[in-house]
Amino acid sequence: MSKEWPLWEVFIRGQHGLAHRHVGSLHAPDAEMAVHHARDVYTRRNEGVSIWVVQAKDITASAPGDKGPLFEPSNSKVYRHPTFYDIPEDVGHM
Amino acid sequence: MYAQLVKTDGHGVKSLDEMDPQERAFQERIDDNQKIEPKDWMPEGYRKTLIRQISQHAHSEIVGQLPEGNWITRAPTLERKAILLAKVQDEAGHGLYLYCAAETLGVSRDELLAQLHAGKAKYSSIFNYPTLTWADIGAIGWLVDGAAIMNQVPLQRCSFGPYSRAMIRICKEESFHQRQGYDIMMKLSAGTEAQKAMAQDALNRWWWPSLMMFGPSDADSVHSAQSMAWKIKQNTNDELRQKFVDQTVPQAEFIGLTVPDPDLMWNEEKGGHDFGEIDWAEFYEVLKGNGPCNAERMAARVKAWEDGAWVRDGLNAYAEKAAARKTVTQTAAE
Ligand SMILES: [Fe+2]
Ligand SMILES: [Fe+2]
Ligand SMILES: [Fe+2]
Repeated sequence: MSKEWPLWEVFIRGQHGLAHRHVGSLHAPDAEMAVHHARDVYTRRNEGVSIWVVQAKDITASAPGDKGPLFEPSNSKVYRHPTFYDIPEDVGHM
Repeated sequence: MYAQLVKTDGHGVKSLDEMDPQERAFQERIDDNQKIEPKDWMPEGYRKTLIRQISQHAHSEIVGQLPEGNWITRAPTLERKAILLAKVQDEAGHGLYLYCAAETLGVSRDELLAQLHAGKAKYSSIFNYPTLTWADIGAIGWLVDGAAIMNQVPLQRCSFGPYSRAMIRICKEESFHQRQGYDIMMKLSAGTEAQKAMAQDALNRWWWPSLMMFGPSDADSVHSAQSMAWKIKQNTNDELRQKFVDQTVPQAEFIGLTVPDPDLMWNEEKGGHDFGEIDWAEFYEVLKGNGPCNAERMAARVKAWEDGAWVRDGLNAYAEKAAARKTVTQTAAE
């Protein structure tokens, strides 16, 4: 069997000036073809105005096991949220 | 369905008390409707069953292009041709989304295709029936995509994140498939006697195979319980089949076609239709490879794969050369 094309992750910016969002992945021999394939596979119905592709092997992800140590420290910092502060209603919208 | 007969890995459904702590935590997440992502711990049985289910589904989308592709060059108008082309292209996309979802479980697309080409993987029995007339394209969209949607809508909530997300995309695209099929049937049914007869004949031939798409009856489907506990299957085969019959019968009546089942009757008490017994012997024969078109479908897939090898290799070679040239230029510039 011949060599399989590498796997790419595809990110698309929707119509509304939003950030690029991960939509899925595909196989392609190189970056240029990956963009072409992404156009055909993920934007057949006007779903985007811009495409990013990146080889799956180049992505570094946090490990699911690290969830606790990575994200827990922020749980105790409730003062980062506006709802932490009691502002009298008379002050008006803030 | 598109994955009609998925063998489940696992040894009967365990209760939470029988599970080791890791598996118990996993099951509790599923019970709590949390999604499982590729890098999370999962029981081997869950992984293997999902690979089987998702790849059967993917193979069905890809093989499913063949019966419809048969009519692209012979569609009656340019508009119908463009529509059919778009539909078949969507099915290719569905196959790709699903292969990618399967790949997150640690299997490569080429391995899955090799299994298909070696005759070791299943795909839906429905695609082993021939498309003899243009009305068959109408019947496929209406009935086959209709049955597929019935199965795919609940799968959007399945416990495995990548599969669930692929199903959400697919469901968005499917509804046009069913509507374009019904549209063809409506046109033919309102046409000449010959056109109406053609539509009726297509319904006659596709009705029973469509009901078989939902898989064996609940009494005989041995693998359901574990898959339902894992939430990679949400409804039983018979539930979905019943829903499909109840939805489709009035649609047939509306365009003056007759569902080819003398036992079909509204049952007021159960609030649904009673219908005749499915020919399960035929179903198992088709799954075993003895349907009218199994050999032809497989041969077409294998030929496409082999004929495309030089393109895949050529593009690989080009990419490698271009990358090497880039390194040389960079080194020279430094
Ligand atoms: Fe599809
Ligand atoms: Fe389909
Ligand atoms: Fe479809």
